[in-house]
Amino acid sequence: MRRTTYSVYILSMSIRHGLLALLERGPRYGSQLRTEFESRTGSTWPLNVGQVYTTLSRLERDGLVVQDAEDDQGHALYAITDAGHTELRSWFETPVDRSNPPRDELAIKLAMAVGAPGVDIRAVIQSQRHHTVKAMQDYTRLKAQSLSDVPANRDEVAWLLVLEQLIFQAEAEARWLDHCETRLVRLAEAAATDPEPETPTVGRAASRIARAHSRR
Amino acid sequence: MSSHVPSRSAAPADPPIPAGGPVLELRALTRTHGSGIAEVHALRGVNLSVHAGELVAVMGPSGSGKSTLLTIAGGLDTATGGQVIIEGQDIAGLGQKGIAALRRRSVGYVFQDYNLIPALTAAENIALPRELDGVSVRKARKEARAALEEMGLLEIADRFPDEMSGGQQQRVAIARALVGDRRLVLADEPTGALDSETGEKVLALLRSRCDQGAAGVMVTHEPRYAAWADRVVFLRDGSIVDQTLTDHSDADSLLTSEAAK
Repeated sequence: MRRTTYSVYILSMSIRHGLLALLERGPRYGSQLRTEFESRTGSTWPLNVGQVYTTLSRLERDGLVVQDAEDDQGHALYAITDAGHTELRSWFETPVDRSNPPRDELAIKLAMAVGAPGVDIRAVIQSQRHHTVKAMQDYTRLKAQSLSDVPANRDEVAWLLVLEQLIFQAEAEARWLDHCETRLVRLAEAAATDPEPETPTVGRAASRIARAHSRR
Repeated sequence: MSSHVPSRSAAPADPPIPAGGPVLELRALTRTHGSGIAEVHALRGVNLSVHAGELVAVMGPSGSGKSTLLTIAGGLDTATGGQVIIEGQDIAGLGQKGIAALRRRSVGYVFQDYNLIPALTAAENIALPRELDGVSVRKARKEARAALEEMGLLEIADRFPDEMSGGQQQRVAIARALVGDRRLVLADEPTGALDSETGEKVLALLRSRCDQGAAGVMVTHEPRYAAWADRVVFLRDGSIVDQTLTDHSDADSLLTSEAAK
């Protein structure tokens, strides 16, 4: 999926606050922040060191971090400011916005597949379900490995939470696909027994889904 | 999603490599109910092999034939056509008595509602199929306690089903399904009545029994539980329409396609 401007913005916002949260535990330098961010999130969203330094310089510009002294190896250390602490508290206390979610390619694809000539929508659903369930199998294998020892430290617990978020998200998608398939079968059955033509009904539904997503 | 498969410490462990022939083999299995215009095809030529060490999840909408598949594989129902081969034996040639013996010795069946005998303790429930099979009471009980101990459930050995939680009952049912030499466990919605954490414990147990060499087939409509399997088979209108592969080619393509974004 191509990243939308909005999703890039969201990701950059979470890097910004993620770095502040790590800095709350004491001054750190760029590549150290990168390593710690990745071990917390199991490298699920890999960062490059350039992103880290760009984010740090913006945080510095906004007065949320300052460059501290250098450590023994000459790394420039960054420290969180009082304004940074306040910003971080407010991030933890404010719910993540779900009223304006990023565009969802799969929802758009299914909306477009409804009634599209030459497209077997059940095949579209099945190929996605295969892919989604397979991804869940991989995540679950990692999770089973991670649970085979009781998570011992902060990083392991954090990574387990991230992994389970991926599993729950994939599960929601798989369930939604099941639901779509059932719904389409019912609509097709109804259309087969109903003298009304099928296309206008399904067409209206498709336009509603498309409308709901065009707002995003 | 701008993420990729997390790769913190190691790539996902490879599923166990099947050794020898399949423990369960379904060949061109069909099942028809009724006849004439009322004819319903519950299964339409299903082929499926399950090897030792492998856990297969069967998913599909209601009416897709997944429960029929399991009951026929377990000898609880008879196919209209095709073969069920368990550990190399075609069960059609065994007769009722032979099938009953095979079910006692080779096949464990786990039901959604546990199906433990209320008047027997956990250990007695597990020992029962072995006793019925001619093993001495003493030996069967000893085996049952060992099975419970291995699963960390020894403290409930002397409890009756109504003194256990749902999750404990289901784990006892799995122990019962796999006690003795039985290498095939068939589970019909084994997590159906359980909350998500308990369901997960049951799945982890089923998974570990398969890792130790049992072959498992589980019918479920819950993708999160199906994901514990080595292979997920999708059934629709009585036919297998798709299955995720045991190797990691899909995972590789997932990584590649995510990396390309």
